Amino acid sequence: MKSLLTIVFSLILSSTLMSQGYEVGDYATDFKLRNIDGEYVSLKDHQDAKGFIVIFTTNHCPYAIAWEDRIIALDKMFKNKGFPVIAINPNSAEAYPADSFEKMIERAEEKGFTFPYLHDEKQEIYKIYGATKTPHVYILKKEQDKLKVSYIGAIDNNYRDAEQADEHYVQDAVNNLLAGREPDPDFTRAIGCGIK
Amino acid sequence: MARYLLTVLLLIPAIPLFSQDIEVIGIDRLEEELNKQSDTVYVYNFWATWCKPCTEEMPDLLKVEKEYTNHKMKLILVSLDMPSQKDTRLAKFIKEYNISSEVLLLDEPDFNRWIPMVDDSWTGSIPATLIHAPGKGYRKFHEGMISYTELKSHIQSLIQ
Repeated sequence: MKSLLTIVFSLILSSTLMSQGYEVGDYATDFKLRNIDGEYVSLKDHQDAKGFIVIFTTNHCPYAIAWEDRIIALDKMFKNKGFPVIAINPNSAEAYPADSFEKMIERAEEKGFTFPYLHDEKQEIYKIYGATKTPHVYILKKEQDKLKVSYIGAIDNNYRDAEQADEHYVQDAVNNLLAGREPDPDFTRAIGCGIK
Repeated sequence: MARYLLTVLLLIPAIPLFSQDIEVIGIDRLEEELNKQSDTVYVYNFWATWCKPCTEEMPDLLKVEKEYTNHKMKLILVSLDMPSQKDTRLAKFIKEYNISSEVLLLDEPDFNRWIPMVDDSWTGSIPATLIHAPGKGYRKFHEGMISYTELKSHIQSLIQ
């Protein structure tokens, strides 16, 4: 009976911890999600990467769309330096028909995405990471075989106009990591579309 | 008399299409708003027309507002829609949902300057609701959809 209670309590505890998601300094889980080309992608497939810019994003969200070109620019800027963008769409197609797998393929083609655009079909990964909205960025740094969460937050400080942004959070964070420094700030906030 | 009539006629086109005014505000006005001193219970709902969970919870918010019409309770809808859509999408939504609450459109693209002002725990997802009763020193923040029952229980405890 006692052991049963322990199991129940640890289950409750682990589910609460999971629902809170990651904080900077935590180690992130890998995943295996379907890419728009039909292939399944895991972070461990990228042996040469020094880390990843994981971005939870969507087709339908005006904020995600406003930042889309900057997401492409980040991938172009950092892929060859070892920090590729990995985009994940966490929405259910039932809640947002514009976020169906087919529409993801269309959107990626239209915009010429240079990075994987994965579908969190079971809606498990975004919950483990603690993403609450789109776009929501997690920069992961490889430490041996582990992935350390090094930055959580927004892309920059002006969703509407890239030219007006004077804090380039993600760009600066990755540049810091490449130079062996910790990102500063390592946490920012942004309004985004709730994940559903 | 003729001149008076002419003046009236000239003024007609100036009457807005929708009776509901949407005030566009910046960070200073938001700060002022959140620090109002009064014995009213303020419910600030941060939302946008493109946010599905926001529009889903809207009828519940309006219902609660209606139930407390005779009390010192005020619903303030802080829209995060793009300012360019104020007179189109947003105005249309307000009309469609028959909204008579105060609607403020927050035009402030640098989120980190004002999100912590609303609540330090807010990551930025919407909808989000702040219940503020300055007279009672009460401040409760809720990120995500708030249910009719939960919102009502907060207000009920503050209105006696």
